[in-house]
Order: sequence, then structure tokens, then C-alpha cells
Amino acid sequence: MAIDFLYPQYEVIRNPQRCISCRACERQCANGVHHYDVDFGCMMSDESKCVACHRCVSLCPTRALKIVKTDHTFKENANWTGKAISEVYRQAGTGGVLLSSMGNPEPYPIYWDKLLINASQVTNPSIDPLREPMETRTTLGAKPQAIERDKDGNLVDNMPPQLTLNIPVMFSAMSYGSISYNAHASLARAATALGTYYNTGEGGLHQDFYQYGPHTIVQVASGRFGVHPDYLNAGAAVEIKMGQGAKPGIGGHLPGIKVGADISRTRMIPEGTDAISPAPHHDIYSIEDLRQLVYSIKEATHYKKPVIVKIAAVHNVAAIASGIARSGADIIAIDGFRGGTGAAPTRIRDNVGIPIELALAAVDQRLREEGIRDRVSIVIGGSVRNSADLVKAIALGADAVYIATAALLALGCHLCRSCQTGKCNWGIATQRPELVKRLNPDIGEKRLINLLTSWDHELKEMMGGMGINSIEALRGNRLMLRGIGLTQKELDILGVKHAGE
Amino acid sequence: MKLHATGIYYQELNESIRRSDDPEVVIDGLCGQRYIACGAKDRRFTLYGTPGNGLAQYMDGASVEVFGNCQESVGDTMNAGEVVIHGNCGDACGYGMRGGRILIEKNVGYRAGIHMKAYMDHYPVLVVGGTAGSFLGEYLAGGLIAILGIGANGAYPCRFFCGTGMHGGKIILRCDEAPSGLPRQVLVREMTDEDRAELAPHVQAYCEHFGGDAQALLAQRYYVLTPNPEAGYRQLYTFE
Repeated sequence: MAIDFLYPQYEVIRNPQRCISCRACERQCANGVHHYDVDFGCMMSDESKCVACHRCVSLCPTRALKIVKTDHTFKENANWTGKAISEVYRQAGTGGVLLSSMGNPEPYPIYWDKLLINASQVTNPSIDPLREPMETRTTLGAKPQAIERDKDGNLVDNMPPQLTLNIPVMFSAMSYGSISYNAHASLARAATALGTYYNTGEGGLHQDFYQYGPHTIVQVASGRFGVHPDYLNAGAAVEIKMGQGAKPGIGGHLPGIKVGADISRTRMIPEGTDAISPAPHHDIYSIEDLRQLVYSIKEATHYKKPVIVKIAAVHNVAAIASGIARSGADIIAIDGFRGGTGAAPTRIRDNVGIPIELALAAVDQRLREEGIRDRVSIVIGGSVRNSADLVKAIALGADAVYIATAALLALGCHLCRSCQTGKCNWGIATQRPELVKRLNPDIGEKRLINLLTSWDHELKEMMGGMGINSIEALRGNRLMLRGIGLTQKELDILGVKHAGE
Repeated sequence: MKLHATGIYYQELNESIRRSDDPEVVIDGLCGQRYIACGAKDRRFTLYGTPGNGLAQYMDGASVEVFGNCQESVGDTMNAGEVVIHGNCGDACGYGMRGGRILIEKNVGYRAGIHMKAYMDHYPVLVVGGTAGSFLGEYLAGGLIAILGIGANGAYPCRFFCGTGMHGGKIILRCDEAPSGLPRQVLVREMTDEDRAELAPHVQAYCEHFGGDAQALLAQRYYVLTPNPEAGYRQLYTFE
């Protein structure tokens, strides 16, 4: 219908003087944007199908292509933007829930960018990580509350199980199903090589990846897909997913069309059936119930694995985290509202939850006030984009961070935010064999190692600049941060002074 | 091995079970100790008293017989094996269960059989002799739930919200009249011979354990709830 017509958001600009009609773009585009017109003897494009993933641009041998935002516009309106108008048309035409993927793209404040890091001058001299030993290894898990001795006065080893990270960054939960086999292979191998961990997400653990178990965190979500005793014992830790930053308060739905033979085996559900994760765990209605699930996992893993409880950053996050710290969980993972997803209702992704920076500061503060900060480690995610965000997160009180979007970018993701279509031209968010094979896990592993190795070096440089040679001395060290352009209230919540103070 | 559970905390009790490799475990005097047979594989548990929450959670092939009532989360995320309960059972029984069978002599509490699911030779079965509380079989994705309604005099043997969000599997209820007021994700029909044949071995097993005439019980009127493909969970989405 004419009123449903939406002008394409992006235009494919092809330089006819450069195009040699090699049809590489046509072969590369799973969305079917490009085709060769025999009559005209040239390449044509249907930009209405373009998702701006740049696969064709990247592989055009003559650099004949570029993708530009269209200048076609509705009459300018600061309130009724083109996006707001288009969404109404789309919903009026279909009656459907608006669905999006990856993280919240809306222009909310990014507090990382309003925090500045300290450096030493003259006194407390800075340290050169090239010359001096610099400790970025960190351990996650509950710490003993007291020293215990046996009747002969010997120390009793009462250290609960820990995760040891050579760099305080882990790969966050992404299920096999939401991302491809080769993407998982890249993450698993890189985590092993780097001495950190990747996370299975809620889709179970593929048989081929049990070998990476010592560097795997296995997840238990409300759907309990692929969860059985061998799975729980296969990983180094078990994560209970209570919530996700991109979609707090709702469950998940992997459409049957994406549940092929391999996914079916891994999730342990029949091929072609919908994988529904209910919004809540129906055995958890309270902190006491959560404690019951935590201890059931500890029993099933013989108290050898730390248990992580992952929640979305929401309004009462500090009180919730306090409850989780008392539930027996060893690690709390908090996911901010800019965290990514393979698919989420747009309204929820863009409007529910709070920024991770504020949530982290509030949780760390609350746990310290209550004297229980030692009982748990804190891991945060939900948009850590670089090593500066990482330094700021640790200074605000995190023990480590989770990254997922940054890891996918390292694998080739161009943030076209079309994961839900399953036609990822970069072989990441797809299950189509011809697309999956575009992601070479050898290269993927290498690129992830490169990324985190460079972050680790930058982390050490910034720590050295502050005269700090151990990550322990940076954790919760908010004096190393100053706010810029923040209100007093924001500074109070973040627990930092303003620049110049 | 034989254990007397009186006054022993669950962690100590389960640790002594784990330390032994005796395939036969008999425990008496249970009073709320949690996670008995949690993740257990090839063992046989005979339990007297009242085991606590999380009995047979993640259980993967063991068999458990309880002479007494059970508490919450029996067979939560259970993968294989059998649980037989001579008595009543609490809430959230069989949540996310993927395989094996739970036989309950009397009644079960709220949230029984939520999100049970089947996969290849894994086919979870939950049989309740008496009645079930609200939210029975919500989000059911696979497997079989049978509520035999013994003692209910032909009345609807469940409470509210039975089968909400159901998208697979089957719920069989013994009652004289077709249940009404069910959520739109659920279709109701009278039991066919095929359903009866599917139910028969489980009713026979029930009667072997708890007594009763399986043939007479099977001859009664039953209704079958299955997911409504028209009104399934599937939502209509529209993309950016």
C-alpha cells in the first residue's frame, strides 16, 4: 500500500567508471541487493534490501561502491523524526512488535566519555610497563571471610573456587544459534589462548567445544536449553542468567527456522521448533529461590565451580545486587542498557534499564557500605568499547568486564543491527553454511587475541601513568577518576569529584 | 549404603553420598535436606521421611523412591531417570525437565511441569495421581503430563492458568467434563485410543507402585490439551 512505502534508509552508490561488472558484490550479498542486468550490461542495485553492512564495499576489487545515508526526508520535525514516523507506518501496516538487534543506538549520555583518568606528575612517579612488572591478572570469586586453622594450628585452605583471568576482560554470553559455529570457535580458541573465558550463552555447548571447557562459562537461563550435569561440569564456571541489558524483564525467542540439526543437538530441542525462554525462571521468585538454584548448581558441580548471577542494570540494581551477594553467588555480572542482543523488541531495548556506569558505581558502593563487597566479584558489560572504558570500569569498582559487541566487531561485524534476519554477510549472526564459512576461525581467533593484547598493553600504560602496577590497586580507586560536564547528582552517584577539584 | 539423616545438614549428607560409590543409597529420617540425588547418574535412592527442595534436580539416570512427601523443585531440569513419590509433592515439580519420569501418588503443588521439553529419545513424563495446582504445564514445549484426578470425583483436577504459553507436548486430565476457561494457546479434545495407548504404560507403572486397577482407571473419561498452532507463542514482528 502506498502509505506503507518507506524510502530506503541507505543508498548504494556505484561508480560506473570503476565498476568492472565482476559481480563480486552480487555473490557477497545475502540480502540480494545487487544483480547484473544483461540488457543494460551493467550492475544494478535494489537499495531497499541494503542493511549497510559494507560486505560488498569491502570486497569490491575496484572500490566502486559506497553506501550513503539517503538525503530523502520527511518534512523536518524535531519531535516527529523520520524514524518515529516510519515506525508508526510499519506497525500500522503489520500489527507487529518492532524488533531490533545489537545495542541501544539512541543518544543517551555515555558516562565513560564524561570521566577522565588521572596520571602522576613529579611525585608518585609513573611506571613504564615496558620495563617494570605490571600485574593485570585478576581472580574472580568469593574471598574467604576469615582465616581458619585446624586443631594443630595449621592453615585450612578455605578458598572458594576462583576464575583466573590474565586480562580483566571476558567474552560475554552469546548463544550458539544467535551466532554461528565459527564465531563460537573463534571466541573459544581466543579465550583459551589469552587465558580468559568466553560464555556459551543459553544455547548449550556444542560437542566440539567441550575441549575448551577450562576457558568456558556455561550459562543456565530460564529455558534451560542443553543444561544437564555434564554441561554444568564442562565449564570453568556456571552463569545463571536472570536478565540481559538489552531486554531486561523479558525472555527470548529463537524462531524454529533457525533451529537446524546442529543447533537442535546443542540446545536439545527438536529441529525446527521454537526455542522459547520464558521471561522469569519459574523456580525463582525471590532471593531465597535464587539461593536455592545457586546451591543446586554447586551441588551438581561438587562445589568446584564459581557461580555467576547475571542481571540487567535496572533502577533498584544496588538492592538486587545486595540480595545476590547474599544468595551464595560468587560473581555478579551486571549488564547495562547499551548491551547488545541478537533480537529484542525495540521499545524495550531503547527504553528499559539504566547505564552501566551508574549501576556499577551504585552496586559497588552499596556492597561496600554493607561490608559484603568481598563476598562477590563484580563483572560488568553493556558497552565497554575500549581499554579506557575498561580502566574507568575497574576504577569504579568492577573486577573485570564482559565484552561482546567489541568482540564481534573484531570478527568483522559492521554493526548493521540486522542480526534477527539471520542473513549476516560476515558469517557471524547466521546459521547458513555458505555465510558461516566466510568467517575463518583461525583469523577470528587471531583478531580477538590482537584486540585484547592491545587493550592489555593500553591498560598497563594507563595504570603505569597513574603510578599503579597492580590491577588490585586500581579496583574501586575512584580518586583516579574525575567527572567532566556532570551534575553534582551524577558525580555523587558515580562517587567521583569533578575535574579541577 | 545406609544413612540416618536426622540432624545432618544437607551439604554433609550429600558429601557422604558423593564420597561413596555404592549404587544403593538408603536414607531414613529425612527432614528437609535439599538436593538429594542432584545430578545423580547410575544409582538407586530409597528415601524415608521428607526430602527437601531440589530432589533429583539435574538428575541424569538415577532412580529415586520416596516414602513420604516431597517439597519444591523435584526433578528440576532433570535429564533422565525416575522419581517415585509415595505421597504429595510441592511446587515447581519437573520444571524444564527433559527426560525421565516422575510418578506422584497424590497431589502436586503450583507450577508443575513448566517448560518441560522433549528431544530425540528424551521424553519427560509427569504423572500425578491426585490433582495439580495452578500454572500446570505453562510454556510446555514437549513431553507428557497426566493428572489422574483420583479422589476428585470427576471434577477438573487443576487450578488456574493451565497450559499458558504451551507450544508443544501434551497434558492429559481425567475429568468428566471438558475443561473450560483455558488460555487460547491450548486446544482441548477428548482422549483418543492413540492417546490412551500412550498413557497406558504410565498408568500401569502408577498402579504397580501405588496400587489400583490400571484397566479401570484407563477406561475413565479423559481430556487432552495440546498447543493451538493458530494461537501459538509466535508473535508477529516487524523490523527496523
